[in-house]
Amino acid sequence: MLLLIQYTLIFASVLMLVALGGCISEHSGIINLGLEGIMVVGALGGALVMRTLGTTSAVVMVLAAMIAAGLAGMLYSCLLGVAAIHFKADQTLVGTAMNLLATAAATVLVKAMNTAANPDNHSSEIEYVAARKMFIVNINGFEFNWFMIVAIIAVVAVYFILYKNKFGLRLMACGEHPQAADSVGINVYKMRWSGVLISGLLGGLGGLCYILAGVSLWKFENGVAGFGFLALAVMIFGQWKPTRIAVAALLFGLFRALSNTYTGFPFLLSLNLPGNVYNMMPYIVCLIVLAFTSKASHAPKAEGIPYDKGSR
Amino acid sequence: MRKVLKNQAVQTFAASILCILAGLLIGYIVLLFINPQGAGESILNIIKNFFTWSRPQSQLKQFGNTLAKTMPLIMCSLSILFAYKVGLFNIGTAGQYVAGACASLYAALAWNWGWLPCMLLAMIAASALGAITGILKAYCNVNEVISGIMLNWISLYTANTILSNVKETASPYTLYLNKENPASMLPTLGLEKLFNGNTNVTLAVPVAIIAAILVWVILSKTRFGYELKATGNNKNAAKYAGMAQNRNIILTLMISGALAGLGASLLYQTGYMRWECTQSSVPAMGFNGIAAAFLGGLHPIGAVFSSFFIQHITDGGQYVNTNFYSSQISDVISSVIIYLCGFVLFIKLTMNRVITRREDKKGAKQ
Repeated sequence: MLLLIQYTLIFASVLMLVALGGCISEHSGIINLGLEGIMVVGALGGALVMRTLGTTSAVVMVLAAMIAAGLAGMLYSCLLGVAAIHFKADQTLVGTAMNLLATAAATVLVKAMNTAANPDNHSSEIEYVAARKMFIVNINGFEFNWFMIVAIIAVVAVYFILYKNKFGLRLMACGEHPQAADSVGINVYKMRWSGVLISGLLGGLGGLCYILAGVSLWKFENGVAGFGFLALAVMIFGQWKPTRIAVAALLFGLFRALSNTYTGFPFLLSLNLPGNVYNMMPYIVCLIVLAFTSKASHAPKAEGIPYDKGSR
Repeated sequence: MRKVLKNQAVQTFAASILCILAGLLIGYIVLLFINPQGAGESILNIIKNFFTWSRPQSQLKQFGNTLAKTMPLIMCSLSILFAYKVGLFNIGTAGQYVAGACASLYAALAWNWGWLPCMLLAMIAASALGAITGILKAYCNVNEVISGIMLNWISLYTANTILSNVKETASPYTLYLNKENPASMLPTLGLEKLFNGNTNVTLAVPVAIIAAILVWVILSKTRFGYELKATGNNKNAAKYAGMAQNRNIILTLMISGALAGLGASLLYQTGYMRWECTQSSVPAMGFNGIAAAFLGGLHPIGAVFSSFFIQHITDGGQYVNTNFYSSQISDVISSVIIYLCGFVLFIKLTMNRVITRREDKKGAKQ
């Protein structure tokens, strides 16, 4: 039971971070379908720092890895920013390309590094046993991860940015009616860039959190298994509002956690379902939830439409 | 000359070539970055693919293998572009492909069906999956990209579970089709003789090419295709003109799914590939289809050539120098190409702007 709560909380943290990133980006008017790729790149950045630092104090390690993951995510999100804000590219296409590119590039780079270190090693894995321990505080068998705090801070921060702040209101104006925002002197390009970069930061952090969730070795060929898209579903279910996103993330986290822990429940074991059913669970729940919540959608009105100064 | 440059098809072609060159250049830079020694040779090997073999017989045989894998890719890119023309980004093609593979392999191995019924079942299963996305989109307003991704994972795990019943006991792979049920394999029509006895080249080749032509005819020569495209261009205008937009969305995704399912059957029923029941990621074929569709300028005939190119460099990836690099470098190149395809509209606009400016100048002089 403790294990289930632990996994629920850590997966919910991942989803919260990434979904909040998607939420900010969409409020600024850019659909960020590349979150999945941003997560991979963030995870890669964090993992590389964890590997190079090796042994240092826990505080330095945690901060350095988080900063690296966030920066890597931001840097990678620039690909979306350039294409979607300045070149009016199809945001769905660019996001998809970013997802494919991230997994492929991460695999190539990690393999190259592993092979350079040891010519017989062709795997795409990075190991971080010692570093992972520094992220975790063990309380009577419950593995508390610092990322849980980070996720809560992110929820509060995004809430304040969006609703209690001049910047957030301007940002949201750009997602609802950019021409109107422009007419009162708001720089739409700047606002959209901030939206994309913040989503890159949060996505990168989420990626690092994801690979730290259960294992201390990550194979980059696997990417992040659709988590970026689950996060977008969480965002839609949360109706683009930070507090609701937090609740939705907990629900989805629970179902994802079940696939890691169902063997610990005699009741679930007695159902005798194949393990794959539990693997599918988060995706199935996601579809059902979306079917019921998408109808009355409160999506930002101008999301996905490239900003054109001349149009009305 | 200007007239030629103004031509849409020429512009699309030029933009695609630009994307390819830029993609290869970036791939080369990545190789250089990893290890400058041997980068040039490796990128050339990717471009050469089967020509890296010295004997013409081996070249032909490897050419046949690339061709065998090109056919499913053509189908996947047709699936993507068909939906895209109707304004739907069917990323679920990857999952529909999985459903097709699962249905055709299971029917062939568990029920001993012949090749045609297996193929039809693959199309039905995949189009049913497409219908789910379509219904969710039409009636519940669920974004087709997100539901598509969710269905990709659901179908992957389902396929793994179902196909575990017909796998070899000692390995995670499904049983050999040619040993269990040769009747389920696609007829080769004597095509293998052209490829030095490579039996992976089958009926799939003509089927895929005919499918491409059919999709082109449907989209640009029939009323049905026109209605679909109208729905894609402006949902409300289409509704106003009396077109059943919900029906059109669902039908589109069903057809798109059927194309992807056919693609899977065209690969797995050659016996060239077997399903691995423990795989933890959705096969890349569906995603490469996106690259091929956009690189082909979203034209069915263009898709045939771009699919061959994408498969050519994907296969070429295995000839890189594995002392330094890995074959996934091809995936990097094709994903960069997809990314750059996002700029195609911009490239075309610039081309047109330059041409009109020159024409204006010329007009002013006269």
